[in-house]
Amino acid sequence: MIKFSINGKTVEGESGEMVLHVARRHGFEIPAHCHHDGVEPFGSCRLCLVEITHQDWRGWKGLVTSCLYPIEEGLQVTTDNEEIHRVRTVLVDLLLGRCPDAPAVQKLAADFGIAKSSYAEHPERPLCTLCTLCVRACEAVGANAIGTTRRGWGRTIGTPFDLPPEACVGCGTCARICPTGAIPCREDEHSRHIWERDFAFARCESCGRPLMTEAHRALVAQRSGLAASYFVRCDQCKRDDMAKVFSQIAR
Amino acid sequence: MMLIQSGAALEQARSAILQARQGREVEILVCAGTGCLAHGSEQVATAIRAEMERAGLAGNVRFFTKKTGCHGFCEKGPLVVIQPTGTFYVKVKPIDAEAIVARTVLKGEVIEKLTYRDPNSKKRLPSYHDIDFYARQQRLALRNIGRIDPAEIEDAIASGAYTSLGKVLATMTPEQVIAEVERSGLRGRGGGGFPTGRKWRTCRKVPMTPRYIICNSDEGDPGAFMDRSIDEGDPHSVLEGMIIGAYAIEAHQGYIYVREEYPLAIKHLRRAIEQAREAGLLGPNILGSGFAFDLEIARGGGAFVCGESSALMKSVGGEVGEPRAKYVHSVVRGVHDHPTVLNNVETFACIPWIFEHGAEAFAAIGTKKSPGTKVFSLVGKVKNTGLVEVPMGVSLREVIFGVGGGILDDRAFKGVQTGGPSGGCLPASMLDEPVDFDTLTDKGSMMGSGGMIVMDDRTCMVDVARYFLRFLSDESCGKCLPCREGVKQLLHIVEQIGDGNGQPGDIERIEALGDVVARASLCGLGKSAPNPVLSTVRFFRSEYETHIRDHKCPAGVCRKLTTFEISAEKCTGCMVCLRACPADAIVGTKKEAHVIVQDKCTQCGACRTVCKFDAVLTA
Repeated sequence: MIKFSINGKTVEGESGEMVLHVARRHGFEIPAHCHHDGVEPFGSCRLCLVEITHQDWRGWKGLVTSCLYPIEEGLQVTTDNEEIHRVRTVLVDLLLGRCPDAPAVQKLAADFGIAKSSYAEHPERPLCTLCTLCVRACEAVGANAIGTTRRGWGRTIGTPFDLPPEACVGCGTCARICPTGAIPCREDEHSRHIWERDFAFARCESCGRPLMTEAHRALVAQRSGLAASYFVRCDQCKRDDMAKVFSQIAR
Repeated sequence: MMLIQSGAALEQARSAILQARQGREVEILVCAGTGCLAHGSEQVATAIRAEMERAGLAGNVRFFTKKTGCHGFCEKGPLVVIQPTGTFYVKVKPIDAEAIVARTVLKGEVIEKLTYRDPNSKKRLPSYHDIDFYARQQRLALRNIGRIDPAEIEDAIASGAYTSLGKVLATMTPEQVIAEVERSGLRGRGGGGFPTGRKWRTCRKVPMTPRYIICNSDEGDPGAFMDRSIDEGDPHSVLEGMIIGAYAIEAHQGYIYVREEYPLAIKHLRRAIEQAREAGLLGPNILGSGFAFDLEIARGGGAFVCGESSALMKSVGGEVGEPRAKYVHSVVRGVHDHPTVLNNVETFACIPWIFEHGAEAFAAIGTKKSPGTKVFSLVGKVKNTGLVEVPMGVSLREVIFGVGGGILDDRAFKGVQTGGPSGGCLPASMLDEPVDFDTLTDKGSMMGSGGMIVMDDRTCMVDVARYFLRFLSDESCGKCLPCREGVKQLLHIVEQIGDGNGQPGDIERIEALGDVVARASLCGLGKSAPNPVLSTVRFFRSEYETHIRDHKCPAGVCRKLTTFEISAEKCTGCMVCLRACPADAIVGTKKEAHVIVQDKCTQCGACRTVCKFDAVLTA
C-alpha cells in the first residue's frame, strides 16, 4: 500500500492507481469531463488538474492531471485552491465556447458560475466535446470501429474514411457513454441505427425481447470464449430461471 | 567498402584511402544541399565534370570534383569551392564551368565576378576564409559538412569518421562513455537542453531490456534546417553518435525519425546506413567488438507535434502521433513501452567530436552551463542568411550583425525570434545578451532547436504573433482542450486586433488565456504555444495598443489598418512599383511621380518592398 496525502489528509492506495481514482474513493471531489472508470484515462479535458508536491522536491510544485498521475509514497496533493480554480474556470469557459448548446457543458459551466462563454463561440456549435470517451469505450468493447480524424481545432470523431464502419457491431456503447448526446442513435423493435448502419437485434429465445444486436453477440461470444448458447436468453429470463431453481431448493 | 573488423583495421582502411588519394592537388567542391540543388547545382556539377572531361582531366588523379553537403550559405547558391586555396564562388551557373576549369582549376586564377561581395565593405572576397559569415563561425557539429561527399563512406572515413567509435569500443566501458559525455556538459540540442549524459545514465539504469535509441530529425520549425543539413551533408556523424550512444545504454536497435518532407536527408541516411552495414560499422559485430546494433529509418508524415518525444515514439511504433502525459518518462517507458533515449541530430553529431578531442575540450568551448557550440539557421531580414555555428554564449549582436552582416538594406533592427514557434521575440535591448539555454529562457524566449528569424522595422509584431498562432493552431493535434481551443481563441483575439476590431482589455485577455494554455496543456507544443504572443505582448506592448486604440499598424503590415501612398517628392518615376503591383493599382508615367489608386490597392506592400527610394509611405 502507498500512503500519501490529499488536502492534508493521509490516504492509501495500491501501487499503479491514479490520484483521481484514490481521491474519489476517499470522497474528494475533483471535476473531470473526459474520465470514466470503465475506460483508459486519457487526460484531454485537463479539468482534473491538481497541485502536487513532495517533501523531497525542495519546494517544487506543479499542476498535473490526476487521472493520469500514478500515486507515490509521500505525495502531497491539493485538489483545489485559487490557482487551480482559475485554471479550471478558463478551461470550462473554453469548453462552453466550443459547445454552447451541450446541456452537460452548460451545467458544468454553471458550477463555475459561467452562463455564457467569454470567448468566441464555435460557428458550428457542436455537441461533441472531443472527450473521446466513445472512442475509448469502443476500444474497450473490442470493436475499434471509431476514432479521431483530422487534427487540431478541426479534429472530429469519425469512422474510417467517413464511411459506415465495417467493424461496428452496433452495441451503442459510444452513444450511451457520450456525456453530451452527440452521437445519433435510434432504435425500434427490430433494429438499432447508428453510424449510418442498421443492426438487427438478436431475440431472447424464451421471451422474444431484444437481447443485443446480432453483430454484438457474435463479438462478445468470440471475445469471451463462452459457448454461443450462453447468449441466447436475456438477463431477465436467466434471472427468472434461477429464481425458480432457488425456490425449488428452498421448498 | 570492405568489411572492417577492428579499430586497427579501420585505421588501415583510412590510410589506404588517403594513400590512394596522394597526388590529388585540386578538389572542386560543388554544394549539393537542398538549397543549392534548388538553385541548380546539379547542373553546375554536371557541367564542371563535362568540362573536366573536355579538358582531358577526367580520371586525372590531380583533379577531383565532388558533390558535398550544404555549405550553409544557401542564399548565395549554387556554391563552388576550390581547394586547397579555398576559392569561393557564389551563384555559379553551368555556363561558368568552362572558365572555372580553364582559369581556376588549371591556372589557379580567381574569377572576380564569381566571388562573394561583402555587403558592408562592398569588397570582393575570393576565399571563404575571408568572409565574415564563415570566419566568425566555429564549426563543430558541422565540421565535415561541405567538405565531404555525404554519399561516400570512404570520404567520411578519410575525414576521421568512426575513429571515435573505434576508440570507444576498444578501450571504454559503457559507464566510461556516459561519464565522458557527462563531463563534456553536452546538453540536448533539440531545444530542451537536458544534459545528454544524465539522460543516458537514467535510461541505462532502468532494469528492462531491450532498450532503444532514437534520433529526432523531425525538424519542423518554420525556417529551421540545421538537422536537415547534417543528415544530408554528414550522415555518418549522426550514425557514429548513435552507435556510441547505443553502446552506452546497451541498445541494439535504433531509429532515425525523419520527416517525409526531407527526401534528400532520407536518401543520404539510407545510403549511409547501407554503407555502414557493409563496412561492419552497423550490424551483429561492430568493428569486431561483439557489440550488435542496427538502425532503421522511421519516416514521419510531417506533423509538427511528432517532434514531441511521446508523440514521436507513438509514431515510430506505428500509432497516431499524439502525445501522452509523461509522468512516466520516455527514458523509462518509451518506444514499444521500453526504455528509450531520444536525442536530436545535432546532439548526436557532437558525440564523435567529444570522443575525438576529449570532454574537456568540448567543455572549454561556450559557457560553463551551456558548453559547446550551437548551430542556428539565421533567416529573415539579415544580409547573410544560412546555417551558422557559433560557440554558446556569444551575443545575439555577434550572430546577427557579425556573422549575419547586419540587417538587410541597413534598415533598423526590431527583434529576433528565437526557438521557433515555441520560442519568443526578443527586442533590440536584448541584443547584447549571451545566447545560451538559460539566458534565452530567462528572457522569455528559448533556444529551441536553433531557429533565428531576424526582423526589421517593417515587421509587425501583431502579425508575427498571428503567424505563429496560426501555425500552432494548424499543428495542434487537438487532443487536449487548452491547446486545441485555447490557441484557437488566442489566434481569434490577435486576428481581431490585426483587423482593427481589437477591444480594450484584449491584451489582458491574451495574457490570462496564454497563462492557462501554458499551464494546463498536455505536451510541450501546447505548453509553449503562447510564447510567441506572450513575448511580443511583453516586449512590444505599445504596438498592440496602437492597433487596438488607434486602429493603426505602425509597421504597415496589417492590411486593414494600412494605406499606402507614394511620396511625390521621393518618387523618381522609375516604374518598378508599377510593374510589381499585382492589382494594377499604381498609375503614372516614366520620370513622373506615381500614384496609388486606393480603390484598387489590396495593401499587399509589394510596392514598398521593391521601392529603392523609400518613396512608398504607409499611414
